Formats: sequence, C-alpha cells, structure tokens
Amino acid sequence: MYKYSEFDEFFVRRRVEEFRDQVRRRLDGSLTEDEFKPLRLKNGLYLQLHAYMLRVAIPYGTFDSRQMRQLADIADKWDKGYGHFTTRQNIQFNWPKLADVPAILDALADVDMHAIQTSGNCIRNVTADHFAGAAADEIADPRPTAELLRQWSTDHPEFQYLPRKFKIAVSGSSRDRAVTKAHDIGLRSIRDAGGSPGYEVLIGGGLGRTPMIGAVVREFLPESELLAYVESILRVYNLHGRRDNKYKARLKILVHETGIEKLSREIEAEFAERKKWFAGVDPELIEALKSAFKPPEFNLSRTGAFERRLEKDSGFRAWADTNLFEHRCSAYSIATVSLKPIGGTPGDASANQMRALADIAERLGHDEIRASHEQNIILPHIRKDDLPEAYDVLAASGLQTANFGLVSDIIACPGMDYCALATARSIPIAQEISRRFAALGIEREIGSMKIKISGCINACGHHHVGHIGILGLERAGVENYQITLGGDATETAALGDRAGRGFSADELIPALERLVEAYLRLRDSCRETFLEAYRRLGPEPFRAALYPETGKLAA
Amino acid sequence: MVKKFTAKVITTNRLLEGDAVYLTRDGIWSPEFGDAELFTDPAGASLALETANRQTLLHVGAYFADAETDPSGRPSPTHYRERLRSMGPSNYCHGKQAERANV
Amino acid sequence: MAVIVRDQGFSKDDLDGRSFIGMEDAEISEDLSLAIELPNHADLPALKTLLPKIGAIRINFPNFGDGRGFSIATKLRHMGYAGRLRASGHVIADQYALARRSGFDEIEIDDELAARQPENQWISGKDWKSGSYQDRLLKTELAPTR
Repeated sequence: MYKYSEFDEFFVRRRVEEFRDQVRRRLDGSLTEDEFKPLRLKNGLYLQLHAYMLRVAIPYGTFDSRQMRQLADIADKWDKGYGHFTTRQNIQFNWPKLADVPAILDALADVDMHAIQTSGNCIRNVTADHFAGAAADEIADPRPTAELLRQWSTDHPEFQYLPRKFKIAVSGSSRDRAVTKAHDIGLRSIRDAGGSPGYEVLIGGGLGRTPMIGAVVREFLPESELLAYVESILRVYNLHGRRDNKYKARLKILVHETGIEKLSREIEAEFAERKKWFAGVDPELIEALKSAFKPPEFNLSRTGAFERRLEKDSGFRAWADTNLFEHRCSAYSIATVSLKPIGGTPGDASANQMRALADIAERLGHDEIRASHEQNIILPHIRKDDLPEAYDVLAASGLQTANFGLVSDIIACPGMDYCALATARSIPIAQEISRRFAALGIEREIGSMKIKISGCINACGHHHVGHIGILGLERAGVENYQITLGGDATETAALGDRAGRGFSADELIPALERLVEAYLRLRDSCRETFLEAYRRLGPEPFRAALYPETGKLAA
Repeated sequence: MVKKFTAKVITTNRLLEGDAVYLTRDGIWSPEFGDAELFTDPAGASLALETANRQTLLHVGAYFADAETDPSGRPSPTHYRERLRSMGPSNYCHGKQAERANV
Repeated sequence: MAVIVRDQGFSKDDLDGRSFIGMEDAEISEDLSLAIELPNHADLPALKTLLPKIGAIRINFPNFGDGRGFSIATKLRHMGYAGRLRASGHVIADQYALARRSGFDEIEIDDELAARQPENQWISGKDWKSGSYQDRLLKTELAPTR
C-alpha cells in the first residue's frame, strides 16, 4: 500500500491549518457564508438537514487497519458511534460540529488520511476497482494510476473552481467494477499492439439529471502521457463548460452539446500545446508508485479448514456462496463484508464493527481493506483456510450477512433523512425492501439483483444503472418513487428505462413484489438473471406487472 | 386572484453547531419548531427575514418554512422535509427526537 | 481606489492612470507596452501576434467561483507571455496561492474586500512557493520564466 511521503504529510498538515484558519475567519466575518461554503466543501464539509456532515476520502477505496481504527475512534469521539460508507468509496460522518472539524482533520492526518476534494467544484476523490490487486481477472492494478491522479489533482491551481464537480474512475480489468462509464473521465488499462501500457479514455459519463454513458475519446493513450492528456481535458472543460446553469455544467453536457468528435479535436489541440511544456512524469516516480502497490507475500499452504467448515456449517456455506470472489491466487479469496443487514441502513458501520474489520484485516488479511462503491467493505486477501476464523469474527459483530449481489444488497444514498438536497427518503425504502424479501425467503431464488435508490435527481444512489432503479421525488407534497428498469453499471453499462408513473411509499413495495414475481415466472431457467430476462423480453411484461390496472384497461 | 399567504416560520442552521433552529417571538433562535413565531402577513414576515439575515455570524442564512397551527396552538411544519428536519432521521433515534427524549 | 496585492503585501496601483484597453483597440495601437484587459472567455490564439507589444494583462474574475481565469493565465504563460499578469474582481485571499501558481503576478481588489480581508490574510501562511504536488510531479517541465 502507498505510504505518505514527507511531502504528503507536510501538505495535509498545512491544509488542516489552512482550514482551521478559514473556520476562524468565517467566525470573525472575514469570510462570508458564500465564500466559506466552497472552501469547506473542498475540505469535505457539508451542511445537511440536521448537522454538518464530513466526507472523508478513502482514495481508490484502499485503506488499512490503523486507518479503520482511527475512523472508529473519530466516530466515537466526535460523532454518534458510526460512519456511513458511500457510493464514492468515501466514509461520511453525519454529526460533527464545525468547531471540532479541524481536530478531526488532524486525527485523519495522524493516519495518512484527509477529506480534501471530496466535495466542491473540483476533481473529486479518484475511485477505482475495489478488487484492485486481488481479482483473478485483473490486467493491471489501477491504484498506481489512481494515486498519481490523486496527487496531480490535489490542490491543482487551475482546477479548483471548475464549472461543476469532476469525477475520475480507473479500472484495470476487462470486468468493470468501477462504473467507469458513468464518470467524467473513465480510464481502462490496456496495452497497445506492441505491448506498451496505456489507457482507453472515456469522457462525458455521469448520472444525475441528464444521465449519459461515457464515450471513447482516445482509444489508446500511452501511460507516460496520462497527466498531460487529462490536464488538456480539464483545461478545455474549465474554459468551455457551461457556467450559466448548474444542471448543465458537467462535462457530459459539453460533450453532448459540442459533439465528441469536435471536442476530441479541441482536446487533442490543447494536448499538442501542453506537450510542448511537458517532459513527462519522472519515470522513477511512476516506478515507485507501482512498487508501492506490489502484492503482499501470499501464503500458499492449504489445511483444508475451509472445506471442512463448508461441509458442516450451512450458514458459512451460504456466506461463502455469495460473498466470496475469485482471487488471483488460488489459496485465497476476496471476501465482501456486507454492510446491508436485513432491515439496516445500507453502508452504515458502527465503531465496533469497524474495529472488528480492522482486527480481521490485520490478523488474517495482509492488513488491507477496501471500501466499495456498492457500500460494502472488501477484505481483498483472505487465505481460504482463514475464512472460517474471519467469518466467526464477522458473525460476532453482526457482519455476516450473506447477501452480496442479492436483492437486499441495496445501494441507497442517505436521502432526506440526512441530505439537504434530497427530495425524498431512501433509507426507509431500502430497509423495507430488504425486510420484505427476507420475509418472503426468496432472495436466493431471485439471484443476482442490483437495486439502487436515490433520494433526488442527483443520483448519488446510482439508480439509473440499477437493474431496478428507484428515484425518490416529491409529488404534490408527498414522497413519490419512480422506477427504472434494466440499468447496468458494469462493462455492459446501460441506463435503465423509466417504467411509468411513480408510486407512493405504500404502493412501492407491493409493486416491486409484483415485478419480481413476474421475473420469476418469465425467466427461461433459474440461471437467467433479472437483467438477462429484461434484455431478452423487453420492458413490456415487467411494466404490465408494475401497472396491472393499465393491462386491465387495455383488455 | 390574490394567492392566499401561507403562514410561515423563519428557520436556519446554526453556524457553529449546524443544527436547525427557528426564530421565536423574542427574536432568539430555538431548536424547537413549536417555539417559532408564526408569521401570517407577508410584510411582517419579509421584514423579520431581512432582520434575521443580518445576523451573519450566528447562522448560515435563514429562509421561510411553511407552517400551520397544531391542535395545541403551536406552529408545526406542513412539508415533510421540514417535519424531518424538525425531528431527526427516521433510521435512528438521533437529532432533535433524541434530545427531546432525554429531557 | 483599488488595492493591489503582491507577495510583499498591499500596495497602490502603479498602473493607475493607465487605461487597460480591449483587444480590438490593442490591434490598432502603436504603443509598444500595451496594458490590455481580457475577459475570462478571451480567444487566446487571436492574441498571439500581439503578445510582444503587451506589457500588462488584466483578467477579470466576475465572481470567485468562476475559475476560468486560472486556465487563461496558465495558457498565456505557456504561450510565452512574460509580462505582468493581473487578476481583478472578486478573488478572495484564499485564492492568492492558486492565482500565483497559475501565473498571475498580482491581484487587484476593491476597498471593501481589502477591509474585510486585510493584508495579513493574504500574505500570512500563504507561502505559495513552499511546494505543491504539481511542482513535484511536473518538475521536469520547462517552466516559463517570470
């Protein structure tokens, strides 16, 4: 894992002092609220409905036991004993006080962490495949690239006041687990015909009010030219992105309004100019970043403990069945720890749960932890024969939910229970769906199912790319939920189709039940997933299930 | 047609604490919606909002929230957003609902 | 009266009395040390032939959240412009380091802002030369002189 350099340490401490001073200057009137707001946002601090909210960066989702324990201590000391893992591979604290925030930032700096650029109209925390460095299907570890981009984008003087936020995701596998096609820039590690490393570059993806799938702007970008090229994209965006309407200010709108060919020419022209002044990043620095993410030394021995436990414990078997993923090393597994207990708040972990996860990672997991954009925690390197022991620790902390990828493994933004932008609640909907399908006992029969819920059009809950997406809106003074169908967040990314009129909170769960029943009835075998069935059959039979009254009217 | 003025209270979040507060008849900020002064005429409401927004070091900027009188005669929010804001989240007993329970 | 902020602190405008002219006027002027005013959406390639006879450029920030001026400054420096570069309008003390690092030499602010954010807020702790990620990563860059 990457360890802070002296400069990182110096920079982060200086930034904490700068923010402490900014808080002081807000309190003495030197800064107006309008001026202070973007400054606090660039340090991760929002003001929500009930309190401030601090969004802490977990760059590319990678952290360790020491950092996790510090997050737990922060939750206990300055918050209400828990944290919320988000779809941006960050963690949020919902209850800090403004005056405490500089001290919290200092506590983060103590363990090489920060909250810089987790919000605001700047380049946000760079995200990456949460199975990076562990997945059997990986071509290149995306984290050296993500770390390079983190450093380059941090406090970049040109790009702190962009038209709107700017998100970059990196994937190093043919399987896209980083939703790269829904980011302003999506990077995919590839090699050219001669075997040189580089990237396929996509731009203009994004969800929100006008969802768009990213388009390829460069089929192959040599690795050494990454920063000059990304800088060119950002410069074109900073100068030409719309600033007259915040809903039209993302790069995707510039791509849409200019056209990808024309914009691509503008970027290439800027790139040609940029390269005159750019001698490339020091290759030694690139190598140092790569070696920082070298895989740990794996213990290849087997004792058979894994198989013995599988045989005698159905609970463990169920967990192993859903929550494990193939590791590059056959003696190991990637374990997903579900933060979606039945009826719980998606993504929340108590301080004690964080400590349990830290203990497992330290003792059994080469001290590596990942936060996934699906709001779960990943233990990327657990030896198969240590899984029974890890599972027992998880179970003792209520973290053994065996539902990864199932209907109750729901992504949900905080919604109007916390968020000042929300138009409806998300969490109670997620809780109810999870309880209802657990009570029906058909989760495993349904199989792979991604339900994603957003409490407003900004789509933090990624509803457009859920197999079933749910968008909470206000209609005539009450909460109303629109359903989209057939979305996909992977390498076969697709935006869901809106099914029809929205549902009230009371109508929603029965409607989803009808939808799932229809799928179970219509699928051609128990191996055909909901998404596959939807792609084969089209929306009509599913719409008919959602809106039985229209079927009757037509008949 | 003159649109009927909906009764309002003035609310904001405190700068230091971040919690939601409501302007009372005495001109102080209370954490309870029910303590707020209910404005029923537009001119009085606008004037009070203007005055409140001069206190730039106390809060982050005040705004109107629609309200009605509850059976006990105290103002209560008409919109679910302000209702949630005046209580706390629905997934945990945190925020104002917890503070009330602790009194 | 405008206040000029430089690394040394606040000062009076030594270009006061000189008028900053627009690009169209600059094209026909025979002055060999022009002071020109650029909007933050200026077409820079059109400026290229004029650069040798420009001594000062002022770029307006309509509000501090509009960061186009930072890219304009960077591009001007990349085009080889080595004269004075001034940001004016709504730029706050917290942006001083960004402005200097993007290629500006100085910032012109009004009296109200100068009173609200006095000199020490602009210079204290704003050691913009003390190092940045960009300097470290792009240190092989052929930085234009100024």
